[in-house]
Amino acid sequence: MDMNRREFLQLLAMASAGGFLLNNSESYAAGDAARMFQLPSHGNVSLLHITDSHAQLNPIYYREPEINLGVGSMHGQPPHLAGLALLKHFGIRPGSPEAYALTSLNFVDAARTYGKVGGYAHLATLVKQIRASRPGALLLDGGDTWQGTGQAMWTKGQDMIDASLELGVDVMTMHWECTYGAERIKEVEAGALQGRMDVVAQNVKTTDFGDQVFKPYVIREINTIPVAIIGQAFPYSTIANPRYFVPDWSYGIQEENLQLVIDEVRKKGAQVVVLLSHNGMDVDLKLASRVTGLDAILGGHTHDGIPVPIPVKNRAGTTLVTNAGSNGKFLGVLDFEVKAGRVVNFNYKLLPVFANLLVADKRMTALMDKHRAPYQGKLSEQLATTDGLLYRRGNFNGSFDQLILDALMKEKDAPIAFSPGFRWGTSLLPGSTITMEDLLNQTAITYPATTLTNMTGAQIKSVLEDVGDNLFNPDPYYQQGGDMVRVGGLEYTCEPAAAMGSRIQDMRLNGKLLDADKIYKVAGWAPVSEAARDKGGEPIWDLVARHLRSEKVVKVTSPNQPKLKGVAGNPGMV
Amino acid sequence: MNINMDRRKVLKAGGSAGLLALFASVGLISPALAEGDRKAFFAKSMDEALSLMGVIVPENSDAIKLTVPEIAENGAVVPVSVVSTLPRVEQISIFVDKNPNVLAANFFMPGGTESMITTRVKMGQTANVIALVKADGKFYRASREVKVTAGGCGG
Repeated sequence: MDMNRREFLQLLAMASAGGFLLNNSESYAAGDAARMFQLPSHGNVSLLHITDSHAQLNPIYYREPEINLGVGSMHGQPPHLAGLALLKHFGIRPGSPEAYALTSLNFVDAARTYGKVGGYAHLATLVKQIRASRPGALLLDGGDTWQGTGQAMWTKGQDMIDASLELGVDVMTMHWECTYGAERIKEVEAGALQGRMDVVAQNVKTTDFGDQVFKPYVIREINTIPVAIIGQAFPYSTIANPRYFVPDWSYGIQEENLQLVIDEVRKKGAQVVVLLSHNGMDVDLKLASRVTGLDAILGGHTHDGIPVPIPVKNRAGTTLVTNAGSNGKFLGVLDFEVKAGRVVNFNYKLLPVFANLLVADKRMTALMDKHRAPYQGKLSEQLATTDGLLYRRGNFNGSFDQLILDALMKEKDAPIAFSPGFRWGTSLLPGSTITMEDLLNQTAITYPATTLTNMTGAQIKSVLEDVGDNLFNPDPYYQQGGDMVRVGGLEYTCEPAAAMGSRIQDMRLNGKLLDADKIYKVAGWAPVSEAARDKGGEPIWDLVARHLRSEKVVKVTSPNQPKLKGVAGNPGMV
Repeated sequence: MNINMDRRKVLKAGGSAGLLALFASVGLISPALAEGDRKAFFAKSMDEALSLMGVIVPENSDAIKLTVPEIAENGAVVPVSVVSTLPRVEQISIFVDKNPNVLAANFFMPGGTESMITTRVKMGQTANVIALVKADGKFYRASREVKVTAGGCGG
């Protein structure tokens, strides 16, 4: 993909004139348009990779972070690059379509020029196109596929399961899927997926005997070459999400076991070995330096759109580490040249899925329409309009999160509010209507209860320190991959590179320092404990919807962000 | 899966008391403890525990493989495994350096026993888990940090 704004607009004009439909109604393939996604096949083993779609079946806007700090050895290293620093590192021209896909720079203007991204019907067209020149290619899905929209939540992921099968996903691993419960996952694995899609995870075991819950790997032949796909589910599903959904399963990184599995598949004759991972990119980079025998780690979870693979050296060779973004924005294409039993060369492309340049696949569209019909009325309810850009992604806060915090504080009559640092959640351009669907895109989880808790100043600090350490621990194995908990009402200073216990400083409410022993009312949502579940607070979307209906127009202001210390010049910041 | 289910049923039917008696009868659990080892269970610090057990600052050893989760899924039951390839292992002890009582478990290994133990320990906060192995009269150690976190907010 190498094209500038002018060329993109020319293609767009052709597309809207129907030019792409002339030769083949199932694909955009005609003429110049093909160049956009032109990708000659290299080699004889191809793997297509999607991850973290968060159930976004329709094209959406998704603003990448303007702040994604790396501390310690990750300082200034991919994926901890934002804006111009990211473009410079990867040699991408500012203002280009690719720059729009990968950064937050001039987001609103760029979004109005280049349009929405993703969408399963558009992705389906692209997958077909790429597969046509790559016989035997496998499509791998890194998980976080069944969760992220109201519709996925109400159907317990059925819309996404059907869409993934239609898309032709061959192998998947998991994270948020577990929030539908162990029973649901095993029922789908043994039902709809049986014989069509494998769920793999070497790092999920039963808590009693340590038995494997899923196949640790599959070996498939591509052009007669045995290729092993090993699965790595999100290691902290039982900590970051409620344990009660999967009470009998145990996760973790399981590095030693992974090495045993790699050795086993190599012994069985696999000539290409990849890890389909939901670790998050920092964990994958460390893992790649410590285990041997992996040709690549195809990663997700941290939602990093990284245009080139990062080669990581280890004791026995080099492992490529990729991360393919989120929300259906990208399709990763990895071609290996395998000769005499081993990988000798590779080529990788992270293709942005520009919806306006791709014709929607008809079968996928029909399937999506069928699933949407029962919920259309509910999803399209207009709650309010926004006068500014609403987005979520970023280390500390986003404008959509600020909206949620404001609603929580007002509706719960609390001076302080917390909202989880999720990285999913789509963006809305200024002037947009906020529908119930948009609100659910930020909130659709199976533990949506809102809470009101009395906390001492000391407890508030300990929560912020705890989450801060999950994000900024200098050892990636101790990170969990979300962003910082969003904080409403309370001002504070954060020093990411400080030690656990001293990152959070100068906490103030209305200008006054927080008293460690005084009790404050804190509103929140998404509690992970069973006790909180049993209390049954109002779902977050009902609370925010009520707030929006009364506000009618959302005036977007700068979200409440901590003052940052010790990060001047960090290239993970625009 | 059927085999596993059967195994679960058998163990449930067997009951844990019966199993403990069985382990004791084959010498896996020894009721007899030296005074220092007994008192070490009440020690409040690593220094105190080691001194009660008669240990002089042990050396770190690569021959001890200590397996713990990086982040505990549940602080109340943190799985810990210790495997040692040192010759003539007599004793394997597990400590959690920030627990109110630092010594969590102490295993005496009869001659000829494979040097491998797995158990669960309770942890109230992020701490180092330390495996101490006595082999051929000398003490060796391995240590790893286990994070205990409130959870939530992931992904």
